[in-house]
Amino acid sequence: MADLLFYLFAAITLISALAMVLLPNAVNGAMCMIVSFLGTAALFVLLDAYFLAILQVLVYAGAVMVLFLFIIMLLNVDEEAPRAKPAKLSIFAALSGFTILSVLVVSLFNNPSALPEPPVIEVAENPLGPSAANGIPFTTSAKSFGYSLFTKYMLPFQVTGFLLLAAMVGVIVVSKRMTETTVKTEQSD
Amino acid sequence: MTIGLNAFLIVAGLLFAIGMLGVTLRRNTLVIFMSLELMLNAVNLALVTFSRYNGTMDGNLFVFFIITVAAAEVALGLAIIVALFKRRETIMVEQLNALNR
Repeated sequence: MADLLFYLFAAITLISALAMVLLPNAVNGAMCMIVSFLGTAALFVLLDAYFLAILQVLVYAGAVMVLFLFIIMLLNVDEEAPRAKPAKLSIFAALSGFTILSVLVVSLFNNPSALPEPPVIEVAENPLGPSAANGIPFTTSAKSFGYSLFTKYMLPFQVTGFLLLAAMVGVIVVSKRMTETTVKTEQSD
Repeated sequence: MTIGLNAFLIVAGLLFAIGMLGVTLRRNTLVIFMSLELMLNAVNLALVTFSRYNGTMDGNLFVFFIITVAAAEVALGLAIIVALFKRRETIMVEQLNALNR
């Protein structure tokens, strides 16, 4: 059953990602991107990472894609204009690069000398169990996230919080300065 | 579940390849930016897979941080694209050729 679900969600993720790349309309692409993120969240569930699956749906499929849709509709860019066709050489280069990379990936992980298949380790019951000495064991509870964030990953956690603040201030500065300069140039004209 | 490590890694690698195809093929800056997000997402999938089959939480924590940084990056990147559009009236990469004139 889980195998079937894996193939289903992997197919949904890959096909909608491909549709996002190939569809000419950016809004349709963003919708396909949401489906692709939801498929990835389902793959996270199959890997027992429930907390990350919920985070993926909330942050990526929710906040990030809504922001993308807002900007796409705000800028209201035309379809990729057919008058300015891209060079045939660049299309050829992109497609051959994609083919080489995908063949490489499939042949790397799909042959007898690929990475050994480790057995699926049982999910630990308690994040602070006896094996906590050598790394925090894999659990499904959000408790182990909190424990890790406030012990082993304390400094990265604080730095990430500061990064979010810096990004917020940066966005405000970028938007504000641009409007001021456009107002100035309009006045000078 | 009989699906192993390598099957998940194939999916992650193909997602990364599709993202790279989008970055190189498309000319709309917004779609290129979405393809970048797709590549980040592929790396997330690989990290969660390794974390699960290694039995430790470290990969999951990395994905947590990557999602946070990606959210900040999207906010700033979209602000820059809007600023670019205000200044140049276009976001098509073939018209942003100030270095090639």
